Amino acid sequence: MKTDEAIKTELQDTRESVTFGADRNKDFSQEPMCLSGRGVTRVFHTGKTTTVAVDHVDFDFHRGELISIVGESGSGKTTLSKMLLGLLEPTEGQIFFKDKPRDISTNQKKKEYWQGIQAIFQDPFSSYNIFHKIDSVLLDCINMRGGKNKSKEEKFAMMKEACSFVNLKFEELTNKYPFELSGGQMQRLMIARIFLLKPDILLADEPTSMIDACSRATILDMLLNLRNETGMTVIFITHDIGLAYYISDSIYIMEHGKFVEAGKAEDVILNPKAPYTKRLISDVPKIHEPWDLSTVG
Amino acid sequence: MKNTLKNVFHSPRFLVGFIIFMCILLTVLIYPYFVHRDPLQGLGKGFLAPGTYVSVYDTNNTGTYRVELPEANDNRLEASVPVKDRQTMLDFLKAKGTDITGLDTSNEHFHELIEVWRANYDEADAKKNKYEGFATQAKRNELRRLNNRLSSDVNAAMTVTKGEGDDATTAAVATSDYVKVDEVANALTLPLGTDNFGRDTLTELVKATGISLLVGLLAGSIATFIGLAVGLLAGYVGGVVDDVLMFIANIFTVIPGFVLLILIYSALGAESRSITTCAVIIGITSWVWTARSVRSQVISLRNRDHVNLSKLSGHSLIRIVATDILPYIMSYVVMAFILQVSSGILAEAQLSMLGLGPNPNELPTLGLMMNWAKLFGAYTSSNAWWAYFPVILVIALISFSLNLMNTGLDQVFNPTLRD
Repeated sequence: MKTDEAIKTELQDTRESVTFGADRNKDFSQEPMCLSGRGVTRVFHTGKTTTVAVDHVDFDFHRGELISIVGESGSGKTTLSKMLLGLLEPTEGQIFFKDKPRDISTNQKKKEYWQGIQAIFQDPFSSYNIFHKIDSVLLDCINMRGGKNKSKEEKFAMMKEACSFVNLKFEELTNKYPFELSGGQMQRLMIARIFLLKPDILLADEPTSMIDACSRATILDMLLNLRNETGMTVIFITHDIGLAYYISDSIYIMEHGKFVEAGKAEDVILNPKAPYTKRLISDVPKIHEPWDLSTVG
Repeated sequence: MKNTLKNVFHSPRFLVGFIIFMCILLTVLIYPYFVHRDPLQGLGKGFLAPGTYVSVYDTNNTGTYRVELPEANDNRLEASVPVKDRQTMLDFLKAKGTDITGLDTSNEHFHELIEVWRANYDEADAKKNKYEGFATQAKRNELRRLNNRLSSDVNAAMTVTKGEGDDATTAAVATSDYVKVDEVANALTLPLGTDNFGRDTLTELVKATGISLLVGLLAGSIATFIGLAVGLLAGYVGGVVDDVLMFIANIFTVIPGFVLLILIYSALGAESRSITTCAVIIGITSWVWTARSVRSQVISLRNRDHVNLSKLSGHSLIRIVATDILPYIMSYVVMAFILQVSSGILAEAQLSMLGLGPNPNELPTLGLMMNWAKLFGAYTSSNAWWAYFPVILVIALISFSLNLMNTGLDQVFNPTLRD
């Protein structure tokens, strides 16, 4: 196993030679709070067994921040993301949305909350309703954003703008079904959707894990562009700490439903304190040297 | 959608099933325009074998034509004493121990056979001796009827007397006198004969097929509708709603459906059992399996990303179910519906066969026809195959075609079953 010092130097070396997606110099702690949670817990009961998927986690997400939640499979990332989205209610604890306790008890309140938060899911192939054409997917977003009364030309221009933002040609997509596109194109279309919806928070649940490596960078850059252009908070959920380091301002490391380490990306990656974080960092495969597998538990 | 339809019709199984079903359906729809007869109108008495019936009275009142058929005599002999009867005669003579050398069933030896028969047959003698093969009463009755038919000479002169008393005129009927069937005022073609009430079986069958299809369609629609509603609600809403609905469904699964059907049915009484009641009761006792399978499909769909996205888009529950869930299980629902129609038709047939069918005085159904055939001994004593075999064939064809359509659809919609 490499010493902490070795990892640190290596990362610092890399840092100098790589252009980062994230702007490292900006301090987000002064920005208004967008989404925060105190003691958020989710317990699942299946028969007699009880699984604590998320165990008393606290978090503060500021406006415009790009946060990564990193953890391996089964660490509770997806459960947490569902709770953040309001698809699941926490069994304990409270989530605050814009400094007010989140209330999604009625359908109307849920609807209002969902105006402010949107998501991109892991599997682009199951994210679309296969019976709806691409046009109707995008039109739906415009209508949701109060563009119902806009003229056909205006709507068309908006869809075109959204598509060009993600380097897709709208003319080629009209009258096509989502499943006629490649995985990367579908995920880009998802980002176009978000571009039209302009929510306060975007939750991206492993948006690149089903995409080939070449499209991956494109998707990440588009997410960053989206953040920079609209100032939305992006919560990026991933198992890949390398990606998280590339893209995020803050990183939360999750293990067995708990945050074992949290802080600015720089601090977490360069001065990892928790052994789990160290393991995650050393697990990132390197192309120019033998892969150190001694820490794999 | 267009592509799916194209694929469906490219499936040979579906196509064959569809064609058979359409043939049955078109017959049911078109037949009444050609035959205006009331399907429950009695035309005769008892089972009449399939064939054309010509009024004897009317044949004597039409003009006659002289036709010399070379084989007229042979045909006449064959029609009056068929080869089968001649064989029976030979068998009897042989059993009695008479010398039958030189005798056979051909027309050349017919007169010799009749002479030997007349010399040897005696009813009392046959009863007393119980010859081998003719020991039963039924066999002896057959011999007696045969003997009665032989007592009149086939080629004897025949006259027709018209009028009464002093006005009576008698005219000879020559063997070469023919009537034209078209000129006979009353002739009746019964392709499938008549049933025990003397009703035209074909007309009745066509009507019954229509009614049974209607019962199946109604029962299938009700069962699919209830099953779909329960399955969607239980699967999508989940929680307590799911528990309650599945509890009810489990109760229905545990109670044997057919027994329940019989109990409800017999409780209703024959008069209040209409076609609609029949369909409704079959429908509300057979929704369980549709509900269970729709529920399991919905559960697997409800956590799919596109449903979550739809929720995040703020769509209402009804809209999510209608646009994000229902289209995905539609193919499955169509298949379940087809099976429900098929089992609805079969359930009606089973119930009616047991005598629990709809009121028999109103309309015929396939099951009622089977029941009548059973009650009046078409299977046994009367040996009237035309009263039940076509019914069985139609039931089998309907259920075969529907099942074929179902497996064809399954093949199209379920890629793992494709060849």
